[in-house]
Amino acid sequence: MLLAGFWFAFLALPISGPWNAVLIGGACSFMLLAIKLFQTAMTTGPAGEMVARLWCALGRMWGQAAWLVGDRKKILVMILLLLSLPWVLDRYTTDVLVVTGIYVMLALGLNVVVGFAGLLDLGYVAFYAVGAYTYALLNSWMDLSFWPALLAGGALSMAFGVLLGIPVLRLRGDYLAIVTLGFGEIIRLVLNNWDNLTNGPNGILSIDRPTIGGMRLYQPMHFFYLVVFLCFMTMFVVGRLNRSRLGRAWSALREDETAAECMGINITYTKLTAFAFGAAWAGIGGVVFAAKQTFVSPESFTFFESVIILCMVVLGGMGSIPGVILGALVLTVLPEALRELTLYRPMLLGGAMVLMMILRPQGFLQMHGQRLPASAVLPGDVRRGREKTHLGGDT
Amino acid sequence: MSGFLECRGLIRRFGGVVALDALDFEVRPGEILSLIGPNGAGKTTAFNVITGIFLPTGGDVQFAKRSIVGLKSDAITRLGIARTFQNIRIFGAMTVLENVMVGRHGKLRAGPVGAILRTPGVMNEERAAAEFSMELMRFSGIDLNAGARADSLSYGDQRRLEITRALASEPQIILLDEPAAGMNPREKNDLNDLIFAIRESGVTVLLIEHDMKVVMGISDRVIVIDHGVKIAEGTPAEVCQDAKVLEAYLGASHA
Amino acid sequence: MFTQQLVNGIVVGSVYALIALGYTLVYGILKLINFAHGEIYMIGAYIGITTLAVLGAMGITGMSITLTLVLVFLIPMIYCAAYGITLERIAYRPLRRAPRLSPLISAIGMSIFLQNYVQVAQGARDKAFPSLLALGGFNFMGAYISGLQIFILATAVGVMAVLQLFIQKTRMGKAMRATAQDRTMASLVGVDVNRVIAATFAIGSALAAIAGVMVGMYYGLVNHYIGFIAGIKAFTAAVLGGIGSVAGALLGGFLLAMLETFWAGYVSAIYKDVFAFAVLVVVLIFRPEGILGSSDSSDRV
Repeated sequence: MLLAGFWFAFLALPISGPWNAVLIGGACSFMLLAIKLFQTAMTTGPAGEMVARLWCALGRMWGQAAWLVGDRKKILVMILLLLSLPWVLDRYTTDVLVVTGIYVMLALGLNVVVGFAGLLDLGYVAFYAVGAYTYALLNSWMDLSFWPALLAGGALSMAFGVLLGIPVLRLRGDYLAIVTLGFGEIIRLVLNNWDNLTNGPNGILSIDRPTIGGMRLYQPMHFFYLVVFLCFMTMFVVGRLNRSRLGRAWSALREDETAAECMGINITYTKLTAFAFGAAWAGIGGVVFAAKQTFVSPESFTFFESVIILCMVVLGGMGSIPGVILGALVLTVLPEALRELTLYRPMLLGGAMVLMMILRPQGFLQMHGQRLPASAVLPGDVRRGREKTHLGGDT
Repeated sequence: MSGFLECRGLIRRFGGVVALDALDFEVRPGEILSLIGPNGAGKTTAFNVITGIFLPTGGDVQFAKRSIVGLKSDAITRLGIARTFQNIRIFGAMTVLENVMVGRHGKLRAGPVGAILRTPGVMNEERAAAEFSMELMRFSGIDLNAGARADSLSYGDQRRLEITRALASEPQIILLDEPAAGMNPREKNDLNDLIFAIRESGVTVLLIEHDMKVVMGISDRVIVIDHGVKIAEGTPAEVCQDAKVLEAYLGASHA
Repeated sequence: MFTQQLVNGIVVGSVYALIALGYTLVYGILKLINFAHGEIYMIGAYIGITTLAVLGAMGITGMSITLTLVLVFLIPMIYCAAYGITLERIAYRPLRRAPRLSPLISAIGMSIFLQNYVQVAQGARDKAFPSLLALGGFNFMGAYISGLQIFILATAVGVMAVLQLFIQKTRMGKAMRATAQDRTMASLVGVDVNRVIAATFAIGSALAAIAGVMVGMYYGLVNHYIGFIAGIKAFTAAVLGGIGSVAGALLGGFLLAMLETFWAGYVSAIYKDVFAFAVLVVVLIFRPEGILGSSDSSDRV
């Protein structure tokens, strides 16, 4: 351990200078120790047993919480609590929750692509940008109001999703990831440089707020309800898609593309619908974002944003809707809560990514396989999916 | 039901390796045909070419008098050819029931809009599909595990699941790639019964197998392949005696 | 004008080629895109600056230009090799048997981590790379070729020649080629796979360091972000030439640089990066094995 500390200090020396290097060396060896202890605790001995059981219980609780057939009354109470939040919280916190809500939508959308269909999309932010700029441009050119823009943004993003999907149909794994990254960057660069269309780095200002029956929505509280509504819509649609023939096709595609094709699944269609639906939600989120900020610029749509959304999906537990929501919550609220550490945000996130992968490649939660509409399930015969226990290092 | 499958002069090259070298054989409707041969003979490659995973470098595959070369795997499955894989390729993270229902994918119609709206038509389709799948699972004996994750099943059950999944598309012919691999004698007996039952239900069976007991016990006919070409065909008894076969398996000195 | 473009392109090409080699070597052995490789290149540049500062303080720069030159390349090479080995050990080795997604996420994580680390430690603004060689230049066929450009080209070509010799002739080189072809078999015949992989990362990173220092010398400015763009372009170069092939990295590097320079010169300078990405997309769609690569047989069943 000490040697490791020296090694890291050595590495840090030319970048951080001698004093900091020592600190870094110490911090690193401490962390390595902690990780080693954590790993051994998770896999051996009575403490490990307890921890593992606790872990699984938590996972099971969360997975079954209010989602599928939970206690109806409890769900209602939770929803009411949720809806009453803006009255008890201050404007700032409500605003944070609005941003969280938008990210929940984005994460759920990306979850369709990455979690359900297993297509690694590193350029997801491009669809977000398309949605935002669609509203911004249509609003400044022809005064298009918010609600039709929602449709337009979603539809245009969907189209872009299909456009992205077509060339990458034959790509898998790493290559697919890089190409999608390329697409994301292309969109950002185009937005940044096509001054005549998009006003370049200056962005587009004075975007209209949404109105409902004459009332203008401008307070964080208004947006809160809007976003909560949209989130529930997203969860509803995504949930239904997941537990359908198409959802099964997506999962089969993710598990084993060749075998899936041999089952009669049209891979092209399955991939394109995944991209399309994933993109649609990003587009809708983008429109909301534009309306909330009243201003869009290419700065908001960087590769780092794509990475954050990806982390929400992956670290939250791929394919699992509650997990993804949790991921979005954590990754939006935590940085806000730890504002002094904004400078270190990418480092912390990057480190977390590496750590999570090493400690638990599947993310915190695991998908409970229930891709059948509840009413189609036959009584008696079918038992609910059992979570497989995974400790520390995986297969 | 005509499960008439025919390979004519199939050639498949991988770089310098000639895996299939003008392979000719036919499968007659309603029979259980076994494809045997030493390792590397090209048996699985033949399956892969038939089911559209590989394009043949030359030759043709005909099903019900139509050439299926160039069709994608999902189209071929929809035509009535289903298969299992040498290394079990079930969808591990999905439940057993879902695996079988995926097999049924080509027979269902529901699209995303129907899925979101849950129209009565779609719901009925799903219900029917689930019932059908449960029936199939009862048929092959894995219905007790319907809600379990597929990869939590025992090895033997996973094989059964793969076979059940292939049957879910109501194929005319099913291609089984080494279904008995890794099974104990009792499981092999159960497998034999299952294959007979499959044939009884009207599905033609083409299988690759190394276990001679299984092959001899259930096959109507046997075809022997070596180095990508057919070297013998006939009833199990005939093939056992064939000099070329013995040479291929045991070496020239034993012929 | 045309020849000037050509000349400028050559320098850029050398840089791309050197970085691309790192990608291609690692991909050949691990079938993994080392996302963080671009960051190693960037770190190389920064360490070059630090080295020069230290050497300057020690008075060596004034004394012996040759020694300075050697050290300004050597020290970053050693350091980057160390970074590379550490990177592999922490972020990739534990995930060797994990599903494909995990090492990818880990790689992206390390990339962001390193990028931000340097930003935090060294500041977000551009940093100046002290000019070292006051080599003149000369005119040739209407283009001005600076001594620095020649130096860079010579260094790059020399390094790649040494690398090629290494891979072909030495034991470690053979071990690397064997591991790239079939890792299990290689370990069964006695190759220490872990050491080979570590060596691969070390070599790739050292080459990236050379590229980093050269870029610093040529452009005079570095910042923590150069790794990202250069990384993607170098990866494009590797893919263009044929990933897994050393000659491919070379070919791809120069070819991409040429294409890019001409595009920037004659079509549109602003969209230079977009063009590079577009090349990547097009190559991966139409000929993923690259110019010199061989078709990968589709997944074996």
